[in-house]
Order: sequence, then C-alpha cells, then structure tokens
Amino acid sequence: MAAVSGLVRRPLRQVSGLLKRRFHRTAPAALQVTVRDAINQGMDEELERDEKVFLLGEEVAQYDGAYKVSRGLWKKYGDKRIIDTPISEMGFAGIAVGAAMAGLRPICEFMTFNFSMQAIDQVINSAAKTYYMSGGLQSVPIVFRGPNGASAGVAAQHSQCFAAWYGHCPGLKVVSPWNSEDAKGLIKSAIRDNNPVVVLENELMYGVPFEFPPEAQSKDFLVPIGKAKIERQGTHITVVSHSRPVGHCLEAAAVLSKEGVECEVINMRTIRPMDMETIEASVMKTNHLVTVEGGWPQFGVGAEICARIMEGPAFNFLDAPAVRVTGADVPMPYAKILEDNSIPQVKDIIFAIKKTLNI
Amino acid sequence: MRKMLAAVSRVLSGASQKPASRVLVASRNFANDATFEIKKCDLHRLEEGPPVTTVLTREDGLKYYRMMQTVRRMELKADQLYKQKIIRGFCHLCDGQEACCVGLEAGINPTDHLITAYRAHGFTFTRGLSVREILAELTGRKGGCAKGKGGSMHMYAKNFYGGNGIVGAQVPLGAGIALACKYNGKDEVCLTLYGDGAANQGQIFEAYNMAALWKLPCIFICENNRYGMGTSVERAAASTDYYKRGDFIPGLRVDGMDILCVREATRFAAAYCRSGKGPILMELQTYRYHGHSMSDPGVSYRTREEIQEVRSKSDPIMLLKDRMVNSNLASVEELKEIDVERSLEPGRWRMQ
Repeated sequence: MAAVSGLVRRPLRQVSGLLKRRFHRTAPAALQVTVRDAINQGMDEELERDEKVFLLGEEVAQYDGAYKVSRGLWKKYGDKRIIDTPISEMGFAGIAVGAAMAGLRPICEFMTFNFSMQAIDQVINSAAKTYYMSGGLQSVPIVFRGPNGASAGVAAQHSQCFAAWYGHCPGLKVVSPWNSEDAKGLIKSAIRDNNPVVVLENELMYGVPFEFPPEAQSKDFLVPIGKAKIERQGTHITVVSHSRPVGHCLEAAAVLSKEGVECEVINMRTIRPMDMETIEASVMKTNHLVTVEGGWPQFGVGAEICARIMEGPAFNFLDAPAVRVTGADVPMPYAKILEDNSIPQVKDIIFAIKKTLNI
Repeated sequence: MRKMLAAVSRVLSGASQKPASRVLVASRNFANDATFEIKKCDLHRLEEGPPVTTVLTREDGLKYYRMMQTVRRMELKADQLYKQKIIRGFCHLCDGQEACCVGLEAGINPTDHLITAYRAHGFTFTRGLSVREILAELTGRKGGCAKGKGGSMHMYAKNFYGGNGIVGAQVPLGAGIALACKYNGKDEVCLTLYGDGAANQGQIFEAYNMAALWKLPCIFICENNRYGMGTSVERAAASTDYYKRGDFIPGLRVDGMDILCVREATRFAAAYCRSGKGPILMELQTYRYHGHSMSDPGVSYRTREEIQEVRSKSDPIMLLKDRMVNSNLASVEELKEIDVERSLEPGRWRMQ
C-alpha cells in the first residue's frame, strides 16, 4: 500500500513542479522618449494634478505649440487652461505674473527666449524681485519656459542664449535641461516651485529621443532644482556644461577615452542656484576644469564657474588654469559654415581638454 | 465793563473746551443721511452712466472724512520725515488725491483687488494697512509692512498688489489678477490704476486688448492729475481723453476731487464688470499738491496760482466737509475734532 501511494505522490510533485514554471519573458524594450514628449508629459501631469496650473503663450493651444511641445493639451484641457495669446509678450507676461500673484500657477511660454527680452521687465521687476521687496508677503509661483540659444540657420536675432542674463538675477531660479529625463523632471519641479522659474529648453533637442528610466515614468518624478548630475565618471578632467552641449561633451569624452583620457562630464541641469558642491568635488578629484556653453563668453556661465572655483577650496587642487569653451563673441551668422563655427563643436571641446591637460 | 467782558469771554471760551462741546454735539440732531447731486460723467461707448444723485449717510460721511484726513496727515508727515532725511530715496505723495483712494475703496468690497503704481501710500492705507506699518516701512524699520525691504513703492496688503515702481508694468499685472478672478469664478473685480503719464505706455494697450478679448473683470483707472512728472498732459498725449483711449473698451470720465462722484462711478464700473461684460475704463480727474516726488518742488512746470486755485476751490476734504455741514450731517466742531485727532498721532490710527 505504501509503495502504491509513493508512486501516486511522485507524479503529483512532478505535476506541481511543471505548474510552478513560468513562461520565459524577455526584458521590455527600453522606453525611448523625445525631449518634446517629455516636456509635454510633464506639463500634462501637472495640469491634471493641480487645477490652478494653466499654460499661456503664442500658438500654444490650437496650433499645438509653435514647436508642438504642447500638442494635445488644448484638446484635453480646453480654453480655460490652455490660452492662445496675441503677439504681446510684455502684456501677456505681465498678465501671467499678475495671475500668479493672485494665486494661480501659470506656465508662460515664450516662443523663443529672444522674445522674452520684450517682456524682461515683467520677468525681473515684477516676478523675480517681488517676494523679496514685499518682505515675504507676495509670492509669484510662475514658470517661464521656451527654447533658448542657437537653433539652425535662424540668424542673429533668434539665436541668443539667455542663461547668463537670467542667471544673474536673485529671486529667479533658472534651469537648463539637456535630455528627456531632465526635461520632464525639471518642468515638473518648476511648476511645483513657489518661486519664479525660468526653464531654458533647446529647440534642436526637442526631437532627440533618450532612454526613459522607469522612475521617470512616474507621475511624481521630479528632478530637484539646484542639483547637477554627473553624466559620466572620470578621473583626468572635469567638463561642466548645460543644455545641448552636454551631448557634445559626452561625444568628446568618448573620443578621448580611446586615447586614455577619462573625462568626468557634469550636466549642470540648474543655472541658478548653481550646484558648486558637485563641481568643486569633481575638480578636487580631477585637478582640471573645462566649462562648455553655447552662450557668449563675456560674463557667461563659464566665467561664473571659474570665479567661484577660485573663491573656493577647489582652487588649490587645480593643476592648470580652467578653460572656457563658449559660443563665438559675435551675433550669430546665417551661413552654415559660419554658424557651425560660432557654437562649441566636439573638436573645440577636445582641443580645450587637451590644452588644459597639456597633451 | 471791559474787564467784565474779558472775564466773560474767558469763561465762555473755557466753556467751549472739549467737555462742553461734546455736550453741545450730543444734544444736536443730525440728519441720518442726505442726497447730493454729483457731476454727470462723460461717457464713451456707454448708453448710460452712473447716477447723478447719491445718498450719503452720516456714518459713511464721517468715515470718509476721517479716512481722507488720515491720508492727508500721513502724507504731510511723510513730507516732514523726508525733509529730515528719515525717509530716503523716492517718496511720491498723494495729497490732493484723497478722494480717489477713499472713493474707490467705498465703491468696492474688501474681497476685490487693487493694484497701482508708485503714488501708493493712500491706497496702502485704504486697503487696510495701518499708518504705523506704512510709516515704519517708509522709515526702513523691520516693523514696516515689508520689513523695511520694500520702501515707499513696494508695500503690499491682502488683495493689494502694491506699489509698483516701473511705470505701466502694473497694468498687465492688474489684467492678470482679473484673469485669476474670472478663472476662480468668484465674482471679484480688479481695479488697475495708472497715471496720465503711464497711459502712453504700449503695454497698457496690450493689456486693453487681452482684457477685452477675454472679457476680464478689470476696471482700468487712469488717475489723471494733469502732470506726468514735469510733463503736462497736453505735452505728452496726442489725445488727452484718457477715458476714450481704451478704444473698444467703454469708458467714463469722473470728477476725481468729489469723493461721492468717485464712489458712484466705481459702483457703476464694478457692477458692469461683475455682470461679465468685460473690462471698463475710468478716468479720474484729480490733482496733486506736491511735486512729482519729494525731489520736485513742483513749480517749474506749473504755477503756484494753479495749485492755490485747486486748493481753494476743489480740495476734496473741504468739499466733503462743506457738504456735510451744509446738510446737517455733521457739525463744524465735530469735523474739527477729527482734524485734531488725525494730526496728533497719525501712527495710531488703523483704517476704521
């Protein structure tokens, strides 16, 4: 009897073993999201989360955005939350700031930051300074966003980088995303921040896809304002950049790696408040510094980084003077060959790194 | 005989000291209210305007009188403090324009919103801050409403958005506050003030356009005191009909020296906006006794005779006083008491 029951038991164990096996699944394909879609997602999630958030600017509603960044939002949220404005930057920026003072949370889009110059008084004098001037009584929870810096063939009046101009002003926070993760996380943080935040996007990056890590797919994914990210670890030299040039720095680093030079590439993510801690720690490790930006050299972001390095503990760790790679000190020319040579290219970054390292 | 008369007069004047006059006041019967005729407003794109008569109660009359006198005394005190160098930088005084700030406040609710430019001390008071907080701010003390960090041009209160230093910038801000009112669906309006000088700023026309397009509950108010700094309106504007400059926006021109006229016009304008018809424009014709700011004596571009004429014929406090006394709403002595009260310790009086 025991022998028979033993025979019966075994097959049951074998059957349950079979049942325990799962189907073999391949890992899901990495999610690719363009910078444009990342910003769109970020705004969509924040519009859904908080009724007080709304978007205004030229062509943001029925045109789906001049660069299609706000695609689908008007259809989803309607006229009250997505507002097309006339071509009146000073007027609608002021209206957005006033709405923020009265408790709403506007996202004010400038078609490009070049046009923000017409409204810059509202950004600085009405938005940035108010919390301080009022002794902390009146906050202005507004986001100014739009493409900044050089594009392709749009010439002098449409290619200026405003990172240094806005980064100069106390009372403003200024962020400059590079990839999709940056773009989504920073726009969400900016919208949730009770201070005026300037988000400097980049038109040439809008269409570029990046891998979206799983945490970035969450509706509460935020990239903190004021914290830089080390995109690539290295030991020989620190290369600090923001926005599109971060990609060029990584390309330069890949080329130099083959020659045995390991670059540490830092993506600033935030212009103001600047994360000097991360930059200093890196320079204290590598002893060399190159800054890379698209804007003009005089009084630029790189100039500020160099000054602060000199004022801080990292100065004593430098084995060579820091070098800035910047846009050329000219109004942006139109002809492609001239334009290409007016912005930092990979070869310029490599040249600067080699010069600093004396190789 | 003479000695006796002197003695009697001494006794009588002694008798008219406070206690006796209070008894006198209490025993008089004042009217509870009176009806007054007010100037008809010039209209632009409006079929009807505010009423040409209004009822003033004794209570309201005394309140307005007290408020106007407080603003007057506060501004004169600021003048003194500035000359003693205790107030620094910019100091733009609004004495002469009291009917504007008090009259506008009388026509709206505390839940409505108001924003103005730099000649803002009067509005800061009427919107609810105490004279003490205002003077403390002007003198850079941390007990000031902005902890001393703002100064004359940057004072804020609940539903009062300053105090703005950049000429004209406050107008789009005001339209934005009106947008928030409409967005929140709360039936509130925003009074957006600017001067005759600012009226030529481009951003104001941008704000007019968007306010009209989106039917924002914004009352644009041009406080026309005839001079933008040292430039008279004739020398600055191709059209000095400021109430018409909104073009597609209906407008009215109001006697800004008559507090009752201002009150009625404001009630009318607020009702218009609250009904969802969109923005409206009010031009308040008023006058400032001081120069543009404390650095301006105010007589190089206008005559002393002109200033004197306005003071003697159109002073807003005097106009209210005459009306109240002549219609038995108050006595001369009663109003004089308020004058004395307000001149002694301006820092003590919060808006009543």
